[in-house]
Amino acid sequence: MLSRAADALFWTARYVERADFLARVIDAASRMAALPSQYQGSSTEWESAVSTSGAGFGFYGVYGDANEATVRDYLVFSLDNPSSIRSCLNTARANARSVRTALTSETWEALNTAWNELNSADPAMSGEAFSRFLDWVKGAALLIDGAARRTMLRNDAYWFFRLGAALERADNTARILDVKYHLLLPESEAVGGSLDYFQWNAILREVSAHTAYRWVYRDTIRPWLVADLLTLNRQMPRSLISCYEDASRRLDLLGDAYGRRGPSQKLARATLSKLAGLRIDDVFAQGLHEFIQQFLNDNSRLGAAIHDQYLT
Amino acid sequence: MNAFDEMQGTGAGAARPLYERVARWLSESPPETVAARRAQAELFFRRIGITFAVYGESEQTERLIPFDIIPRLIARDEWALLSKGLKQRVQVLNRFLNDIYGPQDCIRAGILPADLILQNPQFRLEVVGRPPPHGVYVHVAGVDIVRTGERDFYVLEDNARTPSGVSYMLENREAMMRLAPDLHARYRVAPVETYPDQLLATLKSVAPRGARGDPTVVLLTPGRFNSAFYEHSFLADKLGIELVEGSDLFVRDDKVFMRTTQGPQRVDVIYRRVDDDFIDPLVFNPNSMLGVAGLMSASEAGNVTLANAVGAGISDDKAVYSYMPELTRFYMGEEPLLNNVPTWRCREPSALAYVLDHLDELVVKEVAGSGGYGMLIGPTASKTEIETFRRKLSASPEQFIAQPTLALSTCPTFVGAGVAPRHVDLRPFVLTGADEVHITPGGLTRVALVEGSLVVNSSQGGGAKDTWVLDD
Amino acid sequence: MRLRIRHSTVYAYEFPIRSAVQLLRMTPRDHEGQYVGAWRVEIEGEGRLRAGEDSLGNVTHALYVDGPVSKIRVTVHGEVDVVETHGVVRGAIERFSPEVFLRETSLTDLTPDMLAFLAELDPQGADRLAFLHRLMAALFARIEFRAGATVTETTAGQAFLQKQGVCQDFAHMFVALARRAGVPARYVSGHLFRHEGAIEQEAAHAWAEAFVPDVGWIGFDVANGVCPTDCYVRVAVGLDYLGAAPVRGSRTGGGRENMEVALSVAGKVQ
Repeated sequence: MLSRAADALFWTARYVERADFLARVIDAASRMAALPSQYQGSSTEWESAVSTSGAGFGFYGVYGDANEATVRDYLVFSLDNPSSIRSCLNTARANARSVRTALTSETWEALNTAWNELNSADPAMSGEAFSRFLDWVKGAALLIDGAARRTMLRNDAYWFFRLGAALERADNTARILDVKYHLLLPESEAVGGSLDYFQWNAILREVSAHTAYRWVYRDTIRPWLVADLLTLNRQMPRSLISCYEDASRRLDLLGDAYGRRGPSQKLARATLSKLAGLRIDDVFAQGLHEFIQQFLNDNSRLGAAIHDQYLT
Repeated sequence: MNAFDEMQGTGAGAARPLYERVARWLSESPPETVAARRAQAELFFRRIGITFAVYGESEQTERLIPFDIIPRLIARDEWALLSKGLKQRVQVLNRFLNDIYGPQDCIRAGILPADLILQNPQFRLEVVGRPPPHGVYVHVAGVDIVRTGERDFYVLEDNARTPSGVSYMLENREAMMRLAPDLHARYRVAPVETYPDQLLATLKSVAPRGARGDPTVVLLTPGRFNSAFYEHSFLADKLGIELVEGSDLFVRDDKVFMRTTQGPQRVDVIYRRVDDDFIDPLVFNPNSMLGVAGLMSASEAGNVTLANAVGAGISDDKAVYSYMPELTRFYMGEEPLLNNVPTWRCREPSALAYVLDHLDELVVKEVAGSGGYGMLIGPTASKTEIETFRRKLSASPEQFIAQPTLALSTCPTFVGAGVAPRHVDLRPFVLTGADEVHITPGGLTRVALVEGSLVVNSSQGGGAKDTWVLDD
Repeated sequence: MRLRIRHSTVYAYEFPIRSAVQLLRMTPRDHEGQYVGAWRVEIEGEGRLRAGEDSLGNVTHALYVDGPVSKIRVTVHGEVDVVETHGVVRGAIERFSPEVFLRETSLTDLTPDMLAFLAELDPQGADRLAFLHRLMAALFARIEFRAGATVTETTAGQAFLQKQGVCQDFAHMFVALARRAGVPARYVSGHLFRHEGAIEQEAAHAWAEAFVPDVGWIGFDVANGVCPTDCYVRVAVGLDYLGAAPVRGSRTGGGRENMEVALSVAGKVQ
């Protein structure tokens, strides 16, 4: 297939995934902000939402202060922020439109409908409506994703689509960890109290793993287990290792179909086997923060390798 | 003006035999059924329309082409006459192009004046002496035909560059099969659905002689902001070929490749919907982002076929058009089968004088214009419009030609107050490959929805009908 | 006169480019009074040349470079023997009748100012040659030569309005006005040996040619107000700059581009 078409599919999926992630981060921040002030940390949840979204630089160029209004404006509706939910859906749709016939009509319609509805959303909606709106964004992403899974042929077009989602998802999970790693260090349990308990809860919410945690660990919330869930646990679909299993599988399918494997297959496998060989204790021994930094680097190297190998 | 009505003929009374079943179908359908069908058509086309509009940059302003559900019928013998004439016409276009980009016999023989060709910007110096593979310049022509009587067909324009509209021909048939299957079943309608296969076969047949195996064909589009993007993507899909933009292609060592996920892939034939001016920034407009640098070098080296060939546009220049009867006799040694509209070439002083004296009776067109823009329709124009045109015409007469207003035939059409005659034209599509000319039985019928109007262009508020060529 | 020419163009890119394609018109051909000796086109580094000829008869080279490459150097050099013909060009390859060179292009547009200027010069005078000399002299007097005053996209009309330009603009204005007076005219790119000793030059030269029945094509170096002598080497002709440009190129990637030209034209009386 055309490199441009593969690129468009890859980025369509990435941007839809990113929009979904932003909705979760903002939703979690709203819940934290609703707590009595004594449970809130020194840096507010709104500030942490801005850092997690990766839009900090642009954000503080426009606003002095991160609060509900400015975050809603910049991370959700702003067209100046290329990674706002609105920009994400704009870009996803523009990409999809340029390869319209490579998508099934169900997938296209799900995306096009989401785009149309988002454009008619009122940025000044009430807080309650805003919360419903964030749920709607998550639902729209589910519809697009579901349409693709249920209707697309299992060929290179589909694999590039899924590959984009897997890489973006890995990046998003890693960025949550990057911003909040200090809350997850084993020693933080001792110093923590109710505040940290809410924070851990918020992290679980950001990855929709609130209930999953109980099923997996059958334990009260412990920070190192939260870290384990997000990094090394294969049951958890947003964990780093799950994302890499997914990415590596798509890349292998592409390599087999094209009769050739290259740098991106090699990189994905290397990262996957590194993750598979680790236990969470090893991660803490190495330093959670360093581990995450390394992972973010590896992930962006894989993105570049995919780009060079297939998308140009 | 007394126009020929394709259902009623010239007189009142009974319908022509061809249209009897349509007339009965119309009379059998009670008003509420008619209303329901029209509503259904509108609904159906709003859906298709949404599909069309999705690709426009500003969804809200994208114009839809209104669809009329009464088909336009063409009898088998009428079509035989037409298709023979079209075949001859397109053969003349290709011979003419081979000649003027080659030996220029027609100029030497005095058939048409040298300056009309040599100073015409559509005459591309860059391709002189570089014949395209298999000598075909116009692979796809969309010839505009109008009818004025029982057996009288005129060619209005030859459209030899990148004619569009064929997607409507196919979509209109699709719509008719859904909306009026009962009427469709009453006739043996020749299928148009073979067009994509024929187009692909045509394009493959003109691949460069050195192309190995099954030639790779792509469709080159200016991109999704182009008004015909829907058609480009529709056709690429139907043909099963890649829809490429300029940046998807590159030229290396005079060969064309597309960038794919499996590395560079050789391209043999490019069905290009990008105009000459933008096709290669190294040879034409240097600022073009739509073309491919080096494409003309690859084409000159005989490594790729461009369809239609660069330079084909000179053949549908409106001043060149006026010489088509002479050119037909010159190249084919036979009389033209289709009429040419008598044309005053304003570049000639005596013609100019006549035109200036009769502006209120004539249609005046820019030689290089299209889409119904830059056109004066004398009989319906206001005094001011006529005076404005008079000034333009006097300032640069060589830019204009004039023709009498033709009494375009009418077809029954649903309008606000029921069914009424409206003027129509016809654009059939003629494919020319290495060995044969193929004409899909049908075409795009455009209809002027405004009473009395002769302007059928969709950009000027025209609608469309399905065209049924009958097999019995 | 024997002219020794060395013309080198270096493109340096901010980032390595992925690929580049260029169409070069840098190779002169023989005609009466101009005899090309050893002439070479050389590419430094990776790059492949394919020789050809455009429809006007100019020698072309298509240059293909595959990246990653940060620098491309194109060098042409050689010797040309030139004999004084008082600007008259004979024996050159002519693929078209002169009428073709009556076409207006977007670079050779005409403004009302220019038409008024032309009207003063008795454009329909019976002696066509005399008219062309009047035209050259009037442009030379009116327009100031100033390096950097215009860009390659500047049209004849724009240069005329600002009353300044470089050799390209002088040639465009002359060509546009001559055509309007019914004289076929064209753009010539080439090299000039400057007697005042400036062997190292910043850019190649350009002038115009006009067609006079019974005489043929005659050169007019409008920027210098003279007809070409045995110090001129004709390299390519076209309807305008774009048709005769020494280089037209396109590349993928690379970021900003920095182009440097080194040109030397040395002359030796035979």
